[in-house]
Amino acid sequence: MPYRYLEDIVISDVVFEAWGETLEETFVSAGDATQNVMVQDLDSIRDRERRPIRIEDASLEMLLFHFLLELIYFKDAEELLLRVPAVEIRDLGSGYSLHAEAYGERLDPKRHTLLVDVKAVTLHRFSLKKTAQGWEASVVLDI
Amino acid sequence: MPVPSEIRKVRDTVWEIPADYKEGMRVPARIYATEKLLHRMDDGVFDQVTNVATLPGIVRYAFCMPDGHWGYGFPIGGVAAMDVDPGVISPGGIGFDINCGMRLVLTNLTYAEVKPHLRRLVDRLFERVPAGVGSSGFVRISRDEFRKVLEDGARWCVRNGYGWDEDLERTEEGGCIAGADASRVSRKAVERGLKQIGTLGSGNHYLEIQVARPDSIFDRDLAASLGIRIPDQVVLMFHCGSRGFGHQVASDYLELFLKVMGTKYGIQVPDRELACAPFRSPEGQDYFAAMKCAINMSFANRQVIVHRIREVFSEVFQKEPADLGLHQVYDVAHNTAKLEQHLVDGKKRTLLVHRKGSTRAFGPGMEGLPEIYRQTGQPVIIGGSMETGSYLLVGVEGGEETFYSTAHGSGRTMSRHAAKKQFRGRDLERQMEARGIYVRSVSYAGLAEEAGPAYKDIDDVIEAAREAGISKPVVRLSPIGNVKG
Repeated sequence: MPYRYLEDIVISDVVFEAWGETLEETFVSAGDATQNVMVQDLDSIRDRERRPIRIEDASLEMLLFHFLLELIYFKDAEELLLRVPAVEIRDLGSGYSLHAEAYGERLDPKRHTLLVDVKAVTLHRFSLKKTAQGWEASVVLDI
Repeated sequence: MPVPSEIRKVRDTVWEIPADYKEGMRVPARIYATEKLLHRMDDGVFDQVTNVATLPGIVRYAFCMPDGHWGYGFPIGGVAAMDVDPGVISPGGIGFDINCGMRLVLTNLTYAEVKPHLRRLVDRLFERVPAGVGSSGFVRISRDEFRKVLEDGARWCVRNGYGWDEDLERTEEGGCIAGADASRVSRKAVERGLKQIGTLGSGNHYLEIQVARPDSIFDRDLAASLGIRIPDQVVLMFHCGSRGFGHQVASDYLELFLKVMGTKYGIQVPDRELACAPFRSPEGQDYFAAMKCAINMSFANRQVIVHRIREVFSEVFQKEPADLGLHQVYDVAHNTAKLEQHLVDGKKRTLLVHRKGSTRAFGPGMEGLPEIYRQTGQPVIIGGSMETGSYLLVGVEGGEETFYSTAHGSGRTMSRHAAKKQFRGRDLERQMEARGIYVRSVSYAGLAEEAGPAYKDIDDVIEAAREAGISKPVVRLSPIGNVKG
């Protein structure tokens, strides 16, 4: 599991670190880390529906910010629990774009063990950086 | 960072960090707390409250209330009043959950009368007031109608059969703050909030059935004025906000302010989450109008929940809600920014008062109070952890020094992660039931995170507020039933 939750950095919310060998893998890890706060077993999310995710931003950090916010958006607007197995990120010169296809299904308390609701992605200590091993992100989620 | 050595005691329960403590501070910071609470405050509180003191237009002090702990930009429990010109408006000073607040509802029932029906009441409330991840409610309306809710707040609810006229009088701003403009909110915010009217959410949001025991009444006359007149009277208190809608509004504008703050307005802040814009700027005014939509959506949310409470009690007791005395005491907001008139250096000024995790507590006689509470002062509802008690207080004259602001809850001391490791939801449920508290929770993990020891002692927080002279306790309420997300 290429992510972990950190203790005692935040009091009332949740913070995770996610990583990957590539930037794209790191985004995928961060997406799973976000979803895992809400759903105990990510494998319980079946591939019943698909949603495209298309984002553009001036920075990679804000690209990640919006990517995670999309997952929260779908959870509220359509009651969808989504996983994103792969993303495609392009450098546009003036910014970056992200294309992905998320899969998932409507949340069902009978089959999904639901934990706590994620309400927002904060910018508190938000970071996305290149490391010797690849990339690493650190995100605080508002509960 | 331990308590800064530069802190000085102004008097018991009031501490000041001077304006030269940190570069850029325009005013000193003042923390309202007993010595015990002060020394247990996390490092972030001191850093953040002094950051708030750097914001343009701030008047008098940057405040932190006794339940303070660190948050995003402002500490939770943070209060800052700004001149409208050249002051700023900052989403961090309001919070993501705009108009997260509390509502208190009476019954004319005693604990003895409710006890035999307690499980059924809690179970039915659990069904009728959805909670938990992505919970959606039973109020199904079109997007156009939702936009009317954003502009009319609880008034929309009463018009559509979800409440009584008197509920509006017993809500801050009459249940609808003027100046909300639905055109200032994003499509995404509308989509996120559309199906969430009448839902609790999760985390520290809840609906509690409580008892006012005779030995927990501190002022019998005041309690009676607020509707608590029967020994062991049962009441209901619930805590929730603007759900996904408010969060999206806050996120949208935080992002916008980050873009324009420096480049367009030349403002620098020590922390990104303190991003702001001049209140009078187009962006500032747009956010203010959007924020008001979230305030109204939250009033509507809580209004529908009151309606559900009336339906459930009526069903269980087979009586009309009015015959069960299901009148609202009051509804308070603790994440807002409001334009208020306050005396500063002897002159009346209009200030934009940010309260994040802080409750307004107007004193007796103040403009903005409903007629029924002009003499008593504003009811203030402060929730403790699910295992301890909660309080009903009133605002007092002395509150003037914090622009009539007080605490909002007991404040966390343990992270969610740590609480989940230390406590087991199922054990907690059993232990609470053994103590007479029947709880229904959507998630056992969520329940563990809300364990009593994860919070400050509510009695300490209330005592600090009382001693500081910013609010007066009237009744301590004990939980007997709980619905949690």
